[in-house]
Amino acid sequence: MLDRAPAEIAKDAATRRVRFRGAGFVPASSRYGGWIALAIVIAIWQAAGSAGLVNALFLPTPAAIVRAIYQLAISGALWQHLSASLLRIGVGWLLGTAAGVAVGFAIGLSRLARSVGITFISALFPIPKIALLPLLILWLGIGEEPKIATIALGVFFSTAISVYSGVDAVPRNLIRMAQSFNVPFATIVRKVIWPGALPAILAGFRITASVALLLVVSAEMIGAQYGIGAFVLQAGNLMQTDQLLAGVVILSVFGLAVGKLIGWLEVRLLHWR
Amino acid sequence: MDLIASHITHRFGDLAVLDDVSFTVGAGEVVAIVGPSGCGKSTLLSILGGLLQPTSGAPELRGSPPADSLNPLTFVFQDFALLPWATVEENVEFPLLHTQLSAVQRRALVEDALRRTTLTDFRKAYPKQLSGGMRQRVGISRALAVKPAILLMDEPLSALDSQTRELLMEDFVRLLADGGMGAVYVTHNLEEAARLADRIVVLSRRPGRIREVVTVPMTRAARGEAEAREKLLALQNQIWSLIRNEAIDAEREVQHA
Repeated sequence: MLDRAPAEIAKDAATRRVRFRGAGFVPASSRYGGWIALAIVIAIWQAAGSAGLVNALFLPTPAAIVRAIYQLAISGALWQHLSASLLRIGVGWLLGTAAGVAVGFAIGLSRLARSVGITFISALFPIPKIALLPLLILWLGIGEEPKIATIALGVFFSTAISVYSGVDAVPRNLIRMAQSFNVPFATIVRKVIWPGALPAILAGFRITASVALLLVVSAEMIGAQYGIGAFVLQAGNLMQTDQLLAGVVILSVFGLAVGKLIGWLEVRLLHWR
Repeated sequence: MDLIASHITHRFGDLAVLDDVSFTVGAGEVVAIVGPSGCGKSTLLSILGGLLQPTSGAPELRGSPPADSLNPLTFVFQDFALLPWATVEENVEFPLLHTQLSAVQRRALVEDALRRTTLTDFRKAYPKQLSGGMRQRVGISRALAVKPAILLMDEPLSALDSQTRELLMEDFVRLLADGGMGAVYVTHNLEEAARLADRIVVLSRRPGRIREVVTVPMTRAARGEAEAREKLLALQNQIWSLIRNEAIDAEREVQHA
């Protein structure tokens, strides 16, 4: 005969509930918490500026920054600077990424390429790439090429590292499974290693997008007439802090947009996770 | 087609894992390999399936596989080894992609394999959406799609709960019932070995040597009957008595490692 739970459970004065101890330590955030906090900070900033508590020369109000962005937009200067930066970032990032993916896969798949490649990458990766800009100007002239090359170099190393780390992280059991079915090398690379390494590669893209942004601003501050970096430097020299911060906000929005784009790519390409 | 383990010896550096292991798996025969932990069972299976080069000796094939076999020696893995980014049907089709088969032929093989493993309704699901038992069914389905002559199964049920193990064991018995497909079945579980195998190869503690080859004295079909259970239990006890002391030593060795 099966035991069944009694319909009524006897309780007395000594009966008490077990205290819940499992709260916290869960890496979750509320959906709107960040935006609300940002809005509060901007509101306080605006209020402090409007009340004259902060000198507008040193820290213009958010409204003044928005006005500066609007004026830049209607004057056409915004697009002029932004397009110059976007072109440099786009070309430099694509070149660096293409080379980084190729070298990263070679290191991940070939013993010879690994032993040679990792030595070079370990030696060259720590060099701040902006330090190479004068040398690149010497080699490539004062046009767009040295700026693009600086960005490409910065992107290349981070991409190569994330790609070969991604290839290394592909579960070996999947490769052995494919080998057990006599699947050819190229198909294993295409159907097993590439999708298996994709999470690490996309994570690398997030890093390289930031690296590209950092380098384009630095390179433009050193030697450019147009570009967000040149604009920010020029505004700083003229003490036009509203314009300076307008440039910073544009950079921030650009970074956010790239982050969103990569997030969208991750959702599309890594939906299986 | 027979699969022959011919004097297989293997070392990982200084560690001797297998020592002169020889036996034959006949056409349609199911051979289980049991032994204490670390005796080289899975290593032996990898060598038999051509995934690991033995230090000496060799796995050999005698005779021809069935004409329609696309991969005569086919693994079923302990951890399922499914592509997480591919659906059930894409996983099953994966080993067929590089063959000369047309899309229509591939589709027919996938359909047949999914039907035999009752996965037809789950064809569009991703591995993460499936239970452990269903994932292993996908692994079995993928293996069946290439029409193997011999299945090489590396503890295929060890990652599953006992109820799912029982259900999948029934599937194995059914799939191997007609004798058209042989199997090498590596397991820790003596009950699984006794239920499925025609012969059981008992390996010694590392380096694994063949201690005994035990023939299961009844057909697989007869093993479900009540009077057979006592005989199978006696057989399990006989094998356990062979490996018990070594299993204890192996466990202590693992704990001290």
